Amino acid sequence: MKKVIMGNHALSYGAMLARSQVIAAYPITPQTQVVELLSEMCADKTLDAKFIKVESEHSAMAACIGASVAGARTFTATSSQGLALMHEMLHWASGGRLPVVMGDINRSMGPGWSIWTDQNDSLSQRDTGWMQYYCASNQEVLDTVIQAFKVSERLAIPSMVILDAFALSHTYEVVDIPDQAKVDEYLPPFRPQVRLTPDDPHAFGGLTSPEHYFELRYKLQKDMEKAPGLIEETGREFETMFGRYLGLVDDYLCDDADIILVTSGTAGYTARVAVDDMRKSGIKAGNLRIKVFRPFPFEHVRRIVKNAKKVAVVDRNISYGHHGMFFQEVKSALYGHDDSLPVFGFIAGLGGRDITPSTFREIADIALSKDRPEEEIIWIGVKR
Amino acid sequence: MKKPRTMKLSLPDEELVGSGNLACQGCGATLAMRYVLKALGQRTVLCIPACCWSVIDGPFPHSCLDVPVYHCAFETAASTASGVKAGLEMVGDTETTVVAWAGDGGTFDIGIQALSGAAERNDDIIYVCYDNEAYMNTGIQRSSATPFGAWTTTTPVKHFKNRPKKDIDAIMAAHRIPYIATASIAYAEDVYKKAKKAKDIQGTRFLHIYAPCPTGWKSRPEDSIRLARMVVQNSIFPLYEIENGEKYTLSIKVKDKKPIHDYLKLQGRFRHLTEDQIKFMQEEVDKNWARLLRKVESSD
Repeated sequence: MKKVIMGNHALSYGAMLARSQVIAAYPITPQTQVVELLSEMCADKTLDAKFIKVESEHSAMAACIGASVAGARTFTATSSQGLALMHEMLHWASGGRLPVVMGDINRSMGPGWSIWTDQNDSLSQRDTGWMQYYCASNQEVLDTVIQAFKVSERLAIPSMVILDAFALSHTYEVVDIPDQAKVDEYLPPFRPQVRLTPDDPHAFGGLTSPEHYFELRYKLQKDMEKAPGLIEETGREFETMFGRYLGLVDDYLCDDADIILVTSGTAGYTARVAVDDMRKSGIKAGNLRIKVFRPFPFEHVRRIVKNAKKVAVVDRNISYGHHGMFFQEVKSALYGHDDSLPVFGFIAGLGGRDITPSTFREIADIALSKDRPEEEIIWIGVKR
Repeated sequence: MKKPRTMKLSLPDEELVGSGNLACQGCGATLAMRYVLKALGQRTVLCIPACCWSVIDGPFPHSCLDVPVYHCAFETAASTASGVKAGLEMVGDTETTVVAWAGDGGTFDIGIQALSGAAERNDDIIYVCYDNEAYMNTGIQRSSATPFGAWTTTTPVKHFKNRPKKDIDAIMAAHRIPYIATASIAYAEDVYKKAKKAKDIQGTRFLHIYAPCPTGWKSRPEDSIRLARMVVQNSIFPLYEIENGEKYTLSIKVKDKKPIHDYLKLQGRFRHLTEDQIKFMQEEVDKNWARLLRKVESSD
C-alpha cells in the first residue's frame, strides 16, 4: 500500500511492521512525530507493544536495554542532545550485545540551540559499537528499520537508523508500506540465545577481569566484521521480497566518472542533480552515497572510486582539530591501496545550512581545478 | 523414642544468597538481600547498578545469587527495571517480580531521576535501597544519605558533613506510590514481612533498608546488628510504612526512646563530634521523630 508520509512516520511504520514489543522514548524536536504516532499505534492496538514514557533519553535507552535483555524486540528514537545524553547507555547496549534499534534524526549539537540538521550528533557516537545507517529517502528509512532488526538480532549488535532533520524527518514522500505478512516472513520473531529469566538464572554484565574483558571486545569486533556481508545478504533478500535492494553504499554514474562526489544522507540525492547537470556540460561526474558508516564499507569504497581521477568527500560534520569524518574514513580506505588518488575534504551545511546543487558544482569546480588538495579541509559557503 | 522437637523458624529456610560472596565482615547489605529474597522467592529478577552489591555478587562468570541478575549502569536501576518488566510481560512472563536493587548513592543521588520517573509512572517494580549512608564501594565518599556530622573520605573531620540526610521516603511519598516501607536488618522478620507485602502489591513499591557498613563507619563487624537495632530504638531511623503516599503506620512502637549518644560512640565516623554537636544532632532527631508522629497521627 502506498502512502504519502513524513520521514518520522516512516520510522514509526518501520517499528510497527517489525512488531516492536517495547518502545521507550522521550520527546525531542525534530523526532517527536516518531513517538507520537507510535504511542497512537500502541493505544489503538495497531501495534501490540508496551510504550514506556520515560523522563529522559538516558532512561529511554536504559529501559530499552532492560526490555531487550528480557527478550523483547525493542525500539526507540531520538535526536542530537538526546542522543548525547544516551551516550553511556549506547556502550551498555552494544557491550551487552543487545539488538536495540533506534532512529536518530540528525540535528546539530548546541550551543547555540539549533534544531536543524548536521551529523555531529550521530558521528560523535561512532565508537560506541552501534551500526549506523544514513538514509536518503523515507522509503529507505522504513525499509532499513526492518532490515536493521534482522541484522542486529542475527549479530547481537544494536543499530541506529539515521535521517536528516527536516530534509527527511518533516518531508512528505510517497512510501510503499509493505504487507505485514510479508514483513513477518522476512523478519521472524526475536528469539535470543540467552535472556534474563528466572527459568535459567544468570548474572549479566558483572565485574569482568582483564582475564575475560579483552575477548568480549574481540568478539564484538569480529561480529561487527560480519555485518557488511550480512547487510548485503539481507538487502538482497529484501529486494527479492519487496523489490528494493538495501546495500552498504549507493553509487550513481561512478563507473566512468572523472570526479566522484562522496556524500551521505539526503545530500546524496541533491548531489545527483548536480551530477546530471555536470554530465550535460561534459564533466564526467558521479556520486557515491555511503549509506552504512559503521561498519565502514572499505572494499566498496575502494572498488567504486578506483577509476576516478578525483574524489571529493562532502561532510556535514566535523571532528574538531581533524577533518570531516567521512573524509577520514574514505582516506583510510584508500591507504595502502591507492595513495595517488587525490581526495578532497569539504565541510558544508553545518547547522542545517542548505546544501544545493550549486554547492556541489562549486565543490566539483574546486576539486577539478587543482591537482591535489592544498588545504586539509575546504569550507564551502562559510562567511568569513 | 520421643520425637525431637523442631526449631520454630521465623523466616523460611530457603537461601537464595550463597555463602561464597565477596561481602566485607558484618555487611548489612548482604543480610538485606538475604531477607528480601527469602520473601520474594526464586521468580525474581534483580537489576543491580554500580554499588557494593555489584561486587558482592561475585565477578564474571560467578554469581552468589540463585536468581538472575542484570548489572546495569549506575543511574539506571529504576529505568532498567521498568524495561525488564515490560520486556518480560511482552514475552509472556507476567509472574516474575522485578526488583531494582541499589545503594544509597544510586538512589538518593545519581539514580533519583530515573527512580522518580518510574514512580510517577507507577511502573510495576520493587525498588530496594540498601542504605549504608555513603559511597562505600568506591571508598567511603559522602552521599546525600550521609547523616549530619559523619566523617567520610570527602567530608574530612575538619569539614564533616554539615547538612542533614535527604528524606528520600518523603520524596517517594510525594509520588503517591502504593507502598513505601523503611526497614532495618536488625529486624529480620520485619524486613521479610515488608518485602512479602510489597510483592503482593501492584505498582511501584519502595523499600528503604538500613544496612550498616563496618568498613565505612569504622565500627566493629560484630556491632552491625546492634547498630541497626539502636538506630531504630533511638528513632534516628524509625521503622514505618507509607501507603498511597499518605497513610503512615509505625512498625515498631518505640516506648523508651534512647538517646543517640551510645549509637554514635560505637562508630569511628562520629568520633570527632563534640558534646555540643551531639546535642544539636539529638535535637534534630527529636524534631524529625515528632514530625513523623504527627504524620502517623494524622493518618489515623
